[in-house]
Amino acid sequence: MLHIVVCIKQVPDSREIRIDPVTNTLIRQGVPSIVNFYDLHGLEEALRIKDELGACVTVVTMGPPPAEKSLKECISLGADRAVLVTDRKFAGADTLATSYVLAKTLEKVAEEFGAIDMVFCGKQTLDGDTGQVGPGIACRLDLEQLTYVGKVIHVDPEKRRVRVERKLEDGIEVVETSFPVLITALKELNKVRRAPMPGMIRAARFKPTVWTTNDFPDIEISKIGLKGSPTIVSKTWVPEVRKVNGEKIAGVAPEQIAEQLMEKLWGSELAQKLGWA
Amino acid sequence: MNEKFDAIVVGAGPGGTAAALTMARAGLSVVLLERGEFPGAKNIFGGVLYRKQVEELVPEFWKERNFPMERNIIEQRIWMMSKESMVTFGHRNEAYKDPFNCFTGLRVKFDQWFANKAVEAGALPIYQTVALDVIREGNRVVGVKTDRDDGDLYADVVVIADGVNSLLGKALGVHREWKTDEVSLAVKEIIALPSEKIQDRFQVEGNEGVTIEFMGETSLGMAGMGFLYTNKETISLGVGVMVDHLRDKRMKPYQILESVKQHPMIRKLIQGGETLEYSGHLIPEGGYYSVPPLSGDGWCLVGDAAQLVNFVHREGTNLAMSSGRLAGEAIIAAKTKEDFSASSLRMYDESVKASFIMKDLQKYKGMHQLLKEEDPELLFSRLPRALNDAAYNMFLVDGIPKAEKQKYAVRRVKEAAGGMINLLKLGYKGWRSMNG
Ligand SMILES: Cc1cc2nc3c(=O)[nH]c(=O)nc-3n(C[C@H](O)[C@@H](O)[C@H](O)COP(=O)(O)OP(=O)(O)OC[C@H]3O[C@@H](n4cnc5c(N)ncnc54)[C@H](O)[C@@H]3O)c2cc1C
Ligand SMILES: Cc1cc2nc3c(=O)[nH]c(=O)nc-3n(C[C@H](O)[C@H](O)[C@H](O)COP(=O)(O)OP(=O)(O)OC[C@H]3O[C@@H](n4cnc5c(N)ncnc54)[C@H](O)[C@@H]3O)c2cc1C
Repeated sequence: MLHIVVCIKQVPDSREIRIDPVTNTLIRQGVPSIVNFYDLHGLEEALRIKDELGACVTVVTMGPPPAEKSLKECISLGADRAVLVTDRKFAGADTLATSYVLAKTLEKVAEEFGAIDMVFCGKQTLDGDTGQVGPGIACRLDLEQLTYVGKVIHVDPEKRRVRVERKLEDGIEVVETSFPVLITALKELNKVRRAPMPGMIRAARFKPTVWTTNDFPDIEISKIGLKGSPTIVSKTWVPEVRKVNGEKIAGVAPEQIAEQLMEKLWGSELAQKLGWA
Repeated sequence: MNEKFDAIVVGAGPGGTAAALTMARAGLSVVLLERGEFPGAKNIFGGVLYRKQVEELVPEFWKERNFPMERNIIEQRIWMMSKESMVTFGHRNEAYKDPFNCFTGLRVKFDQWFANKAVEAGALPIYQTVALDVIREGNRVVGVKTDRDDGDLYADVVVIADGVNSLLGKALGVHREWKTDEVSLAVKEIIALPSEKIQDRFQVEGNEGVTIEFMGETSLGMAGMGFLYTNKETISLGVGVMVDHLRDKRMKPYQILESVKQHPMIRKLIQGGETLEYSGHLIPEGGYYSVPPLSGDGWCLVGDAAQLVNFVHREGTNLAMSSGRLAGEAIIAAKTKEDFSASSLRMYDESVKASFIMKDLQKYKGMHQLLKEEDPELLFSRLPRALNDAAYNMFLVDGIPKAEKQKYAVRRVKEAAGGMINLLKLGYKGWRSMNG
């Protein structure tokens, strides 16, 4: 049976995030955590493959103990197994250290639960936003790498091949490669399902497998956590809101409002700049 | 088909959680269903929780480091309002500090904390799930239909704790839509104020707090009550008005709240504060006569879903918790007999009747009728105004002899009531309504 691993990250719900005006940092306190939504699209694709071809889906996250909640959500949706990699020593990791630990984790997952055929990551996270972790894992484990995938066209478990659409700036690329493969998911990939009741019940009782640094005998301490992270965030700031002279056009009939808007636009500098007038 | 549980609790408010916690502790298999993202996510109330009924379920809870208390209430004030004045009454006591009597809280935090106790005890949390209907076999309730795929859940007993709008209570047919005189619509704002400002304005130290209930001309001639409670760094300010009267006057509750905020006594307390949240909710205020049967074949009804609110004392969460606990105990007893019929679960009705819940509702059983029948202009505008005028005059030093002032005061109140006979009648009715 296919073995698919999905890497997920618990992130603060960006819809509810505010920025502390004094320190310019994110106010994380009291902000609910959610599964990074690109990762949910990765999970959904893994579950679709499972539904169609049969597969075992393992979900993995590196994060603090409360990230268990996100793993449970994945279980409720239909994942078979979940691993939480957690230890104070992992804290403060940048993309280099994160992908190192996740690569080690996937090696261990393969060892304990069977060789991995496919890995899904999100395109990027809502908080860190770099999009580097997926490729970082693929490099370390020498996996075929398919980034920015908007559609999985075909999975062939016999020939161990997968064909996908990659969405690039200048068009769509159709590519095919062989297992083991790492795919980073776009939100176009699919529509995420809602957990059915049996999944909810299973998740409510579920306890994930927990691994700490002690479970990785050959891990290099100098490569993990803050120590293993060469990235320095030198400054963060909130872009100043530039005041623009907005104007609200009131009216009842949309046609009338549109007419007024066009009149204003024709008479403006903009029209001249654009060479309309 | 999904597995069968001992009990399904619908709604993780104070009532449902208390039932789930009680049963899970006794080893029953319990599902706690909640439509919110997590318990409390969308719930609102005024803000006062009572130690006694929380303690009965979570002993010594206040010693927990992360216990979500806002302020320990050491003073309760009652204000009778006229347009620019008030007559006040209240009580402050250091004895309310150890052990404390009641405290302010926010539902987002409290409900979550409380529900986690039930989950720790073994209840299965199923959130973000709406119960749509009860599942019946003949006359017996055997489960709940939910909005998830493959969503039917089965159990020996369903505890319906889904609040004042109780979809399941209606589905069950034990209660109808509430009449517009049986519910109040309340709106509330949470207003940010620094802790030091709160301490100064309310003369308290540390986490001490104050509650104010106000009534009178602030409800613009309708039956209603306002409240102002101190939290850690916010103030909860709200008003609740009988839906019947809102409809008659074609008023929106936020209009009342806006006018309340302009009242000089309120304005000065909230000055400089930024409104963080605005919300509205119904309060069941039908009282004793509106309480439906509390149990039947395979079901129990608790908390707001059963109209168990003592609005005269703004007690609701504690009645919900106690009723939830008593329902849980009755179900545990039913489980030992493996008999979940109406006659077995009647133990729940009996114990609610024997407890403070029904005794208090009984004491005020005439109140709803009084508020429904009497002219709200009289009770909430003319009488408070007369009282304020009388007080103003009593304290005014203007050379008029005190005996005359006293006469004026009596006359003023008498006139407001429409004569001595009417005043006496009203006084008698009022007394009866509070001592039924
Ligand atoms: C304001 C701010 C600035 C930062 N700047 C940098 C920076 O410039 N350089 C840098 O290296 N780090 C930076 N970090 C830290 C970085 O965000 C780390 O949290 C971490 O390296 C993950 O990177 P990411 O969130 O960008 O993940 P991405 O690379 O965007 O994530 C891609 C995918 O990888 C998977 N994934 C990522 N993290 C995990 C995880 N913990 N467990 C399981 N799967 C995971 C998910 O599938 C995810 O969708 C910054 C953090 C903050 C808050
Ligand atoms: C403005 C206001 C001020 C108040 N002030 C006070 C006060 O100061 N002190 C006090 O003690 N009481 C106060 N009360 C009353 C108190 O809030 C209620 O009596 C109490 O919350 C009742 O608890 P409950 O568990 O019965 O219902 P609720 O607290 O209403 O809980 C019901 C739960 O069920 C969930 N639910 C509803 N329908 C469904 C469904 N179909 N499927 C799944 N879940 C569902 C809801 O999301 C909710 O979590 C106030 C009420 C209001 C509106």
